[in-house]
Amino acid sequence: MSKEKKMKLTLPTEELVGPGNLACQGCGANLALRYLLKALGKKTVLCIPACCWAVIDGPFPHSCMGVPIYHCAFETAASTATGVKAGLEMTGDAETTVVAWAGDGGTFDIGLQALSGAAERNDDIIYVCYDNEAYMNTGIQRSSATPMGAWTTTTPVKFFKDEPKKDIDAIMAAHRIPYQATASIAYPEDVYKKALKAKGIKGTRFLHIYAPCPTGWKSRPEDAVKLGRMVVQNCIFPLFEVEHGETYKLTMKPSTKKPIDDYLKLQGRFRHLKPETIKIMQEAVDHEWARLLKLCENR
Amino acid sequence: MKKVIMGNHALSYGAMLARAQVIAAYPITPQTQVVELLSEMCADGTLDAKFIKVESEHSAMAACIGASAAGARTFTATSSQGLALMHEMLHWAAGGRLPIVMGDINRAMAPGWTIWTDQNDSLSQRDTGWMQYYCASNQEVVDTVLQAYKVSEALSIPSMVVLDAFALSHTYEVVDIPEAAKVDAYLPPFKPRYRVSPSDPRAFGGLTSPEHYMELRYNLQLDMEKAPALIEKTGREYEKIFGRYLGQVDPYLCDDAEIVLVTSGTAGYTAHVAVDEMREAGYKVGNLRMKVFRPFPFEEVRKYTARAKKIAVVDRNISYGHHGIFSQELKSAIYGHGDCKPVFGFIAGLGGRDITPSSFREVVDTTISLDHPAGEIGWIGVKK
Repeated sequence: MSKEKKMKLTLPTEELVGPGNLACQGCGANLALRYLLKALGKKTVLCIPACCWAVIDGPFPHSCMGVPIYHCAFETAASTATGVKAGLEMTGDAETTVVAWAGDGGTFDIGLQALSGAAERNDDIIYVCYDNEAYMNTGIQRSSATPMGAWTTTTPVKFFKDEPKKDIDAIMAAHRIPYQATASIAYPEDVYKKALKAKGIKGTRFLHIYAPCPTGWKSRPEDAVKLGRMVVQNCIFPLFEVEHGETYKLTMKPSTKKPIDDYLKLQGRFRHLKPETIKIMQEAVDHEWARLLKLCENR
Repeated sequence: MKKVIMGNHALSYGAMLARAQVIAAYPITPQTQVVELLSEMCADGTLDAKFIKVESEHSAMAACIGASAAGARTFTATSSQGLALMHEMLHWAAGGRLPIVMGDINRAMAPGWTIWTDQNDSLSQRDTGWMQYYCASNQEVVDTVLQAYKVSEALSIPSMVVLDAFALSHTYEVVDIPEAAKVDAYLPPFKPRYRVSPSDPRAFGGLTSPEHYMELRYNLQLDMEKAPALIEKTGREYEKIFGRYLGQVDPYLCDDAEIVLVTSGTAGYTAHVAVDEMREAGYKVGNLRMKVFRPFPFEEVRKYTARAKKIAVVDRNISYGHHGIFSQELKSAIYGHGDCKPVFGFIAGLGGRDITPSSFREVVDTTISLDHPAGEIGWIGVKK
């Protein structure tokens, strides 16, 4: 008789990332893999280089995961994944999705050569970079994914990072891979949708997932999702996808573009910044945003 | 079927006959013909394999590791700088217990840039946990690749099949190419105990605490220690089918020799010729050509040097600040076993300088003339 509405779930309930793992409180990387695997499902192999997730899944002989993991060397996520895919195919398994699951250091820096090689060959893998903007597993050292202005243990406040974040998405687009997208853990349905789309495409696919790190950003664990939302709304990390390196499409256009100030204030890593530096950073964000909008118009 | 082929193509034929399923390789002189022929074999269907044309040797070994972990038989080949670049991944392959087989063409290390042979590239990888076989003929190369797969897959330890740059890699010899059906009987398909597969989701190589790590390495050593008997057994099996025995060492006239030369690679065959000449001239000399370097054939080495009065090791390599590497290893093998006889260590042929029969004559003459080595190293053919 009651007219109770049944709650409609937007994501599958199956969990392939188990609880009780070694992620820090509020870890964005943990959420990122949860959402990714909801789309990719059980028939997935993860190749994980040195990164936070090399530890999160649990020490030998344990694993919190419902899919197999091959732990590989720091700079080899892409090449190991290529090998696993070839090995599975040659032994009669053409179906399994092979994923390189790497942090920003393993992607933007030390693993870039192998990633570029795999992308140029259009190897049939999904490469996912969960981006927490520094070498977090080793204790918060700057990477080329660290944004301008940020403190890390190798960019102390007196000499905070002076260079802008490397534009990895443009680098991947230059490889003309069939599909690439950015995503943020604050938008689980969007992560899911893009992962599902990637799964249905053959060739090298690249997902760049924004994954807040309360430990390294000196932010509150409960703000992780909020930061993941703010970074999209202020256009520091816009959500878009690119097909064949040419067709750009914004997948989330903020109704009003917010200034970056509030986002910076929630993070201890930006606490030292003076208004004049923030102004320069805001201008850089505006510039990049305008550039992206242009790319999206030209589709 | 007999064919006249170069040493590099002997490696390709070995990989083809072994039905390697995944090949990942990057070109480097003097290895290129190995992978050129394999890519042709993959293209024309002679070999049903995936050939991954990677962007570096580091990625070549990483891709082989991935493919082997997924359960495929894998092959690669490299040389010198390429092998050095792979170093990290060599540890990974052995630590991950993956039976990858790799050809290495012994080329000296830069700088200065060189493409000619010596053994410092492969011997620098001594402690990575790979088995190492040093070949002296193209026939031995083909045969050894097949044996290496058989031993590697039984023990879950990777193997390096090593041959000299140019002296073997680019030298054409008659090779009896084994018949495919017979090879299939000798070397059945690779059946790993564990593989990376969603049907049995495991984590491979995760964070390993001091509570577990040591046993992983202990087990690797235990399995390495099983290799000598297995090489002997598979070598005899090979002999039964193909008529050629594949042993750990190749002894020549060691039984009654007063001086035993210890050699490896193509220089080992040159030594063989030199021994014949010196025997005619009345020298009581023999030659122990080392085929397997890892695991070190302790028993064989002790056996064939037992009756010698002196041992002369000729190394085409050097551990700077110490001796030639075979020389060090030989001494560690015979120390405490029987008489303490003098071991004369010589270094010759670095960077591709020729080692000729007269080099061995000089080695033997020096060894005869002294009761004990005059210094740490006897240099042959160096401009001082």
